[in-house]
Amino acid sequence: MTAYRLGSGGVVDRSNTLSFKFDGRAMKGYAGETLASALLANDQLLVGRSFKYHRPRGIVTAGPSEPNALVAIGKGAATDPNTKATVAELYAGLDARSQNRWPSLKYDIGALNGLLSPFLSAGFYYKTFMWPAAFWEKVYEPLIRRAAGLGRAVLEHDPHSYEKCWAHCDLIVVGAGPTGLMAALTAGRVGLRVILADEDFRLGGSLLAETTRIDDRPAVDFAEACLAELRALPNITIMPRTTVFGWYDDNVFGALERVQKHVVAPQAKLPVERLWRIVAKRALLATGAEEGPLVFGGNDRPGVMMAGAMRTYANRFGVAAGRSVAIFTNGSAGYRTASDLSAHGVEVAAIIDSRDAPRDAAPAGVRVIPSASVIDTRGRQRVCGLVVERAGFEETIACDAIGMSGGWNPVIHLACQRGAKAVWSPELNTFLAPDIGNGLVVAGSAAGRYSLGGCLRDGAERAARIAGDLGFPSVGNPLPAVGDEVDPSFTALWYAPGAKAKAFVDFQNDVDVKDLGLALREGFGHVEHAKRYTTAGMATDQGKLSAINTTGLLAAMQGISPADVGTTTFRPFYTPVAFGALAGTARDERAAPVRKSPLYGWAEKNGAIFVDSGLWYRPAYFARHGEKTWRESTDREVVNVRQHVGLCDVSTLGKIEIFGPDAAEFLNRLYCNPQPAGRQGALRADAARGRNSL
Amino acid sequence: MASLIHCPHCGVRPSQEFSIRGDASVVRPAPDAADEAWHEYVHLRSNPRGRHREHWHHVAGCRRWLVVERDTFTHDVFSVTDGAAVAREGGR
Repeated sequence: MTAYRLGSGGVVDRSNTLSFKFDGRAMKGYAGETLASALLANDQLLVGRSFKYHRPRGIVTAGPSEPNALVAIGKGAATDPNTKATVAELYAGLDARSQNRWPSLKYDIGALNGLLSPFLSAGFYYKTFMWPAAFWEKVYEPLIRRAAGLGRAVLEHDPHSYEKCWAHCDLIVVGAGPTGLMAALTAGRVGLRVILADEDFRLGGSLLAETTRIDDRPAVDFAEACLAELRALPNITIMPRTTVFGWYDDNVFGALERVQKHVVAPQAKLPVERLWRIVAKRALLATGAEEGPLVFGGNDRPGVMMAGAMRTYANRFGVAAGRSVAIFTNGSAGYRTASDLSAHGVEVAAIIDSRDAPRDAAPAGVRVIPSASVIDTRGRQRVCGLVVERAGFEETIACDAIGMSGGWNPVIHLACQRGAKAVWSPELNTFLAPDIGNGLVVAGSAAGRYSLGGCLRDGAERAARIAGDLGFPSVGNPLPAVGDEVDPSFTALWYAPGAKAKAFVDFQNDVDVKDLGLALREGFGHVEHAKRYTTAGMATDQGKLSAINTTGLLAAMQGISPADVGTTTFRPFYTPVAFGALAGTARDERAAPVRKSPLYGWAEKNGAIFVDSGLWYRPAYFARHGEKTWRESTDREVVNVRQHVGLCDVSTLGKIEIFGPDAAEFLNRLYCNPQPAGRQGALRADAARGRNSL
Repeated sequence: MASLIHCPHCGVRPSQEFSIRGDASVVRPAPDAADEAWHEYVHLRSNPRGRHREHWHHVAGCRRWLVVERDTFTHDVFSVTDGAAVAREGGR
């Protein structure tokens, strides 16, 4: 029992306790936190089984890039599979279940796949299940489908309702962190119509987990003050719980608003989700940066987390990921997590730094091991220690959670969705958005300006420039004073050398570093080939965590620069969007217009069973009392028409009147058969020809 | 493809309201033209990468036929003209 709720701290509402269930077990959490945070507070680290080897997996992140903590939420037809616990807002009565395990999360028979892993390497589907061909559909595919996979799709009719909307604005600001808030304020104050969208249920982004003070008050208070001013401005629309998932031509953005995903019983008068198409004159991308994981032996054991996520859980949600935490880092960010945890009273077992001479200050009494590498982790369903190696000397350190920090990568998905290729920055060791013109500008951490002060300044300056471009006065505002800045620098470490266990690159699809090596050896070294051969980055998280390491490793393995490897293609959607939301109200009888012939009412009264014929509803047959099958009715009708008279309603067919001296000749040229010219009152069904004689 | 189309009758409308009806640059040959000319007119279409003229039908709007000149690669739209106006100018 190790992860626990801290005695104080966090921006959760500790006076509002919420009851929820995970795999049938009753648990408690607080209002204002995510499901993942509440699970951690209940020491539920094991949340899922991996895709291929069914390895036990735990929560890794505190945001939308989560690869492991996918759960099914809700009951019956209203179940949402593959929901990320790290973004799911906790509510009273939430019912979540783990996926891809049988018979239970703790004892999973599929874990036997782990023993077979030597035979399940990259491309094994292509190599193993080749012959006999007839076996593929009947034996192999059903077998693979049962063993692999994540959540199960619900086959019942979706009881939720959805709708689609359009919105128009001068400026859309994507992301309400420090950059986005400053940008929205700057643009809003001079009168631009601004939409501020953020996927979180609480706005503020990284400010919600920030310990640095702004204008000599906590960062959270600064965020609240910004939001209060924004709410008072009539020209600002604030859209929380809204993911901007796509950037399309003419600066149209696609966004998904989760209107009622955080309530146990949605109101019928409101949609559950709303799909927005937002036409923006300008856009500012303030999506921040994502911490990269480290690729080391045993890095997938539950308890291994992103260091930044641990910091978020501690500072924002008041939850400690463990009682004794080890940090493995290649830069300064790991030290920041260590000192924040330390300040919360969590023991930091050690800081393992891959760099030779780190200059960062560790919290008092914490041991720093430089030039070292984590080569293995201990424990089964949760980590209980790690093995660190330095210059051939191995040492086991006991800990119950490991925070990993592999440097920062700007979230640039939207900027690259229309064909522009990401550009490698050798200074920042990551990919940046290319210059894509005035329509969309990237600011703050998303543009590689990681410092808090830099984010605030960048957001304000770029918004002022956009205001000027659009003919609004561009008034400079005094920038808030930022307290202690943290150095965001790091030294790239694509692979922690000496791994004694599987070192995973892509957690969700179970791709480890050896799979990438195999892909390279077998001629699939191009990043797009390697992705498809190993499936790295092909899971539902689309490689949000793994992509940078995939590129870095492919480059390192070949001894070339990541710039020459490049990234795979960025495509909408940024995060998965439910089909229901894409369909909106256009489903069932509202999927297409309903056309009724003048005889519809008469036919209905006489017991017609209708069939769709194009958009028209035409009687298929008239069922009479006692007739059990369509065949009985049809047989009766056929006999009746043979012996008497039938009536067929063909008023739904198109009609064109043709008259004049050569009308018959004209028809002759249009139709396959000669027309009965001169015979009045005759009727004939025939096939007309198009321009191409068909 | 462009997300928004400036219809000369309805103003800026989403492209989902339109139905693309094919190449607007082909010209119907004279009735007695050679078979090759007819073959080309009826069956052959180019798929250009770059500027292209197409018939767009504003199905969910004014229901007019329009001629849209656009770039199939950059997705820029250069002009949207009523089909009848194009025909009157002999531009088809």
